[in-house]
Amino acid sequence: MSYDKTALINRYKWYELVGIYAGIAVFLTFVLAPFVEGFLVSLKPLSQLFSSPYRFFPENGSFEAYRTMWVSVPGFARYIFNSFFISTVATVIVLILVVPASYAFARFEFKGSGQLLGAFLAVNMFSGAVLLIPLFRLMRSMGVLNTYFAMIVPGVAFLIPTAIWLLRTYMLRIPRELEEAAYVDGAGYFYTFRRVVLPLATPGIAVVAITTFIGAYAQQFIFALTFNSKTEYMPLPIGLFAYFGRQEVVWNELMAASFVGIAPAMIVIFFLQRYLVSGLTAGAIK
Amino acid sequence: MQARRSAVIFAWLLIAPALLYITVIVAYPLVDTFILSFTDASLKKTSNWVGWVNYEKIFNDTFGTVIVRTFIWTFFSVSIKMIIGTFGAAMLNSAVPGRTLFRILTMPPWIVPMAIGIFMWGWMYNGQFGMISGVLQRMDVVDGPVAFLAYGSTAFWATVFTDVWIGVPMVTLYMMAAMQAIPQDLYEAAWTDGAGRSYRFRRITLPMILPAMITMSMISLISTFNSFDIIWILTRGGPSGETTTMIIDTYHTAIGSKKYGEGAARAVLICIFLSIFCFAYFRVTSRLSQEHAR
Repeated sequence: MSYDKTALINRYKWYELVGIYAGIAVFLTFVLAPFVEGFLVSLKPLSQLFSSPYRFFPENGSFEAYRTMWVSVPGFARYIFNSFFISTVATVIVLILVVPASYAFARFEFKGSGQLLGAFLAVNMFSGAVLLIPLFRLMRSMGVLNTYFAMIVPGVAFLIPTAIWLLRTYMLRIPRELEEAAYVDGAGYFYTFRRVVLPLATPGIAVVAITTFIGAYAQQFIFALTFNSKTEYMPLPIGLFAYFGRQEVVWNELMAASFVGIAPAMIVIFFLQRYLVSGLTAGAIK
Repeated sequence: MQARRSAVIFAWLLIAPALLYITVIVAYPLVDTFILSFTDASLKKTSNWVGWVNYEKIFNDTFGTVIVRTFIWTFFSVSIKMIIGTFGAAMLNSAVPGRTLFRILTMPPWIVPMAIGIFMWGWMYNGQFGMISGVLQRMDVVDGPVAFLAYGSTAFWATVFTDVWIGVPMVTLYMMAAMQAIPQDLYEAAWTDGAGRSYRFRRITLPMILPAMITMSMISLISTFNSFDIIWILTRGGPSGETTTMIIDTYHTAIGSKKYGEGAARAVLICIFLSIFCFAYFRVTSRLSQEHAR
């Protein structure tokens, strides 16, 4: 009965449907226009790009730029590898730090635990840019400028708050009875955490791992820009500047390289979007 | 679980690694920034305590203009994001075929590395050959090419617009989640009483998503205020400083000119503003929840 009602409420008149689809079309045009334009640019030869008047669709377009981009910037494969490497290591560190901490915040109430959680979340308030000066001096005095370390370690700090919040929310939903049963059977805290809680939390940990990885992949700019000047360690966003030539930006290759660089992320989004939406939006609630 | 002493110790042990990490990478630098802001630290080995000199310099400098510009930039960016995002959420929340696909298509600007989206906008804004200028010329809106990033006023709006574009997916999906959390019986009751669709939207949806809108505006405000990549890649704060926000100016001063002390004073000022935003946010939300409880 209630289903029927919902169906009735949601039945649209034809002009409402037209309006909704028109609204969605306008909205998605705004969101996707740069990608469409970027893709068309990657198909155009450079001579056609640098000609007036402007043409939207390429004339005799080709995937030539997707071949030449590897030749003109030989290090490109390395940049993609660096991006993956930095994100992977960052994700692993985040998980090692966040999984125990989230469990503590989800299960144990002690004096000041609320404030402590608040303090963790407050980290999200500051961007890397504000802390750049001391971090730069710290990295320099440790002699780790121009290494992977300098790009990974500061980035991790800014991925921790969201990850804690997400995983804590997940762990709050795990029933306590199982842990209590383990305690009754004489299991210790650590044993219970490892053998009872961790297996149950695995799906949540997986979601946190994915969102953290994507965050780490998307966020590599300011630390890489400031703490690293060695070409061989550059992640994708900085490496793409290699297509900015002396006189002109090689736009078609830049766009082709961008699409090659984001292809892995796009595939992930497509297959995991259901988890992503819930994960990312829950992470946004601070 | 009983709050036994061993439990408390165990909890602290679990939190300790993360806490230590944040202390070294965030808390210590924060304190250090504060201390540095009172010194003339630079590339030199030694630095002297200079008191409030860096702060006095800030206000004698053009930084006052930069602060005002940052607020205007942030205000427009956040407002436009909220309007477009809420509109998008209302559209995508309707029960029409294909909505799952539409939701996936909303995500790219958020998920791809920011720099890549910004490069694409950089091309679209290109004066000679870019898409926007080209389309405007085709439509006879303008006579010649418009180099959006070459003039202060257009560069300002170009950076705002790109920031909006990057922020909209998050607002949309968050507001959509808020809309889906509204109990369906409210709509059923209103529908039974003969309320139309627009009436239901105004009287049920909007009031129910108001708290989420405030939360989202706040998150958006903080990230927009801290926005660095977009302006840096598109204009580096130019032309002639007309898109320089506080973050960009701090970066120029500290990393560009190596004036760590003066840069730190700017960073401290940013932190003070951010703290004020957060404080205001908690005041508003606690008042809202009190009203809700009444």
